[in-house]
Amino acid sequence: MSDTAIAEPGHEIEGSGQGRSLWQDARRRFLQNRAAVISLIVMILIALIAIFGPLFAAWNNEEVDWNVLGDIASMGGPSIENGHYFGVDELGRDLYARVVQGTQVSLMVGVIGSLIAVTFGTLYGATAGYVGGRTDNIMMRLVDILMSIPYMFVLILLLVVFGRSMWLLFVGIGLISWLEMSRIVRGQTLALKSKEYVEAALATGVKHRVIVTRHIIPNLMGIIVIYATLLVPQMILTESFISFLGLGVQEPNTSWGALISEGASTLQYGTYWQLVFPLAFFIVTLFCFFFIGDGLRDALDPKDR
Amino acid sequence: MTAFIIKRLLSAIPTLLILIIFSFLLMHSAPGGPFSSDRPLPPEVLANIEAKYHLDDPLPLQIWNYVVGVVTQFDFGPSFQYKDRTVNEIIGQGFPVTLTYGTISFVVAVVFGCALGMMAALKQNTWLDYLAVGISIGAQVLPNFVMAPILVLIFTLWLGWLPGGGWNGGAWPYLIMPVIALSTSFMASIARIMRSSLLEVMHSNFIRTARAKGLPSRDILFQHALKPAMLPVISYLGPTFVIMITGSVVIDLYFTTGGIGQAFVNSALNRDYSVMMGITILVGCLTIFFNLIVDILYAWIDPKIKL
Repeated sequence: MSDTAIAEPGHEIEGSGQGRSLWQDARRRFLQNRAAVISLIVMILIALIAIFGPLFAAWNNEEVDWNVLGDIASMGGPSIENGHYFGVDELGRDLYARVVQGTQVSLMVGVIGSLIAVTFGTLYGATAGYVGGRTDNIMMRLVDILMSIPYMFVLILLLVVFGRSMWLLFVGIGLISWLEMSRIVRGQTLALKSKEYVEAALATGVKHRVIVTRHIIPNLMGIIVIYATLLVPQMILTESFISFLGLGVQEPNTSWGALISEGASTLQYGTYWQLVFPLAFFIVTLFCFFFIGDGLRDALDPKDR
Repeated sequence: MTAFIIKRLLSAIPTLLILIIFSFLLMHSAPGGPFSSDRPLPPEVLANIEAKYHLDDPLPLQIWNYVVGVVTQFDFGPSFQYKDRTVNEIIGQGFPVTLTYGTISFVVAVVFGCALGMMAALKQNTWLDYLAVGISIGAQVLPNFVMAPILVLIFTLWLGWLPGGGWNGGAWPYLIMPVIALSTSFMASIARIMRSSLLEVMHSNFIRTARAKGLPSRDILFQHALKPAMLPVISYLGPTFVIMITGSVVIDLYFTTGGIGQAFVNSALNRDYSVMMGITILVGCLTIFFNLIVDILYAWIDPKIKL
């Protein structure tokens, strides 16, 4: 398990301790995992499309192409000549522009949502675990109580009551899933707290704040990174689900869920491209995140194999 | 055991209270009441209507009345959108439908998920294992709202074998696609959990002992390995139930089965707050109840856990 650390003793001495050698080790292990590396490359490509895609679009996402509007099923298909690389939707809008725009929204929801969940969950869990005792008991009781609330329903309730705004959606989705994160972090913190080096630090008079930032958090980083990666696809799924119901992002903005929903409802008219393109982006991205997450788990948490 | 169950039921009370009060306050902070429309009503009429639904009482009194109504009579009050129906009637109409295809999906997911996971674990690193793992990864990126249109495309539009929607009293051709769409994604999760947990058990010492004393593989699997391997699967079944109810929203919407999910989305789009609250609270109750059952089952299977 730790044979690589022995093979490269140089890293143990230089720098500020073991933290760096763990990460170098993890990077080497990650790069050996072919599926994870390919997924990472594909993921970067999709992110690049989301960022630079609009530069290549011949149409913007709100323009209606009146030339094809009359007969979308036969004329609105994907074609290079008229600039609709992915075809048009049922209102004659360029699907490529819309998919790029949907990709931006969906990826943003995934990343922002899981950042919120991870930050909040880590702070909460680490506090509960490190302080311990009564505080820990009350804090985790609260998590137990919150866990049995049907969140998807509450989120929809929130969206209906306060109106559909993209930021509410981001925050709402993020706040759904910090509970699991806080449990994991708390368990890990409890285990770390009783380690000898924390005891030694305490005995030599290191402040609590320094122990948390210098010893606890760096050791939690591995598990945080893994769960953050695995959270992103869940966030994307949740957002797509809500947008599929027509309660998510609003026109002219769109997201993968909304596009899939549109594509699914117009399937019977033979405009298959409306479902295929957003669905392909959606599935490929989810696959990538799962494989990257798996690769990170193997890389950062080798004893879990 | 009894003491444990009572303790758990007592701890469910604050959860439900939080849920009820939270959704009630949410409903009241909403801009625009259920009776505001494009054509504003005369103030006297509005006052009359609000008096009829007790919307002019002070807020704490309203909450108190609502909680008492829910707790003592399971009464969620009238629908704000359909003047002649109560929330209970709307729930009573949709819930049996959801329960029917939900239960079938649940059984299908557990049976096939466990079978797939066991197969993969017992034939580790063979093509069977890869197939099972492949299916479970594939099913994970195909959530129910993607599965539903694909199923309709194949079985209704191309092959014409199955009706594309409707309920028809739960006749089996109408059940097949909802059940497949709803069960696939968590069948995959169950298979993955089952595989990794059974692998871990099969590599443990007591299984090696059983092998060494010459027990046939079948006996090892069914008498020794399966019970401990089931534990992680069982603890997953609680959340599964919630996923199932949530998933039913998509199923109802896509296959127009008329279950509770359809009522929820309709009320969400119509701002029919009382129906939304009623369904949210009902799902909350069911979640708590299911988690309790899972805990009891867990303790019953695992002798190491003391209640």
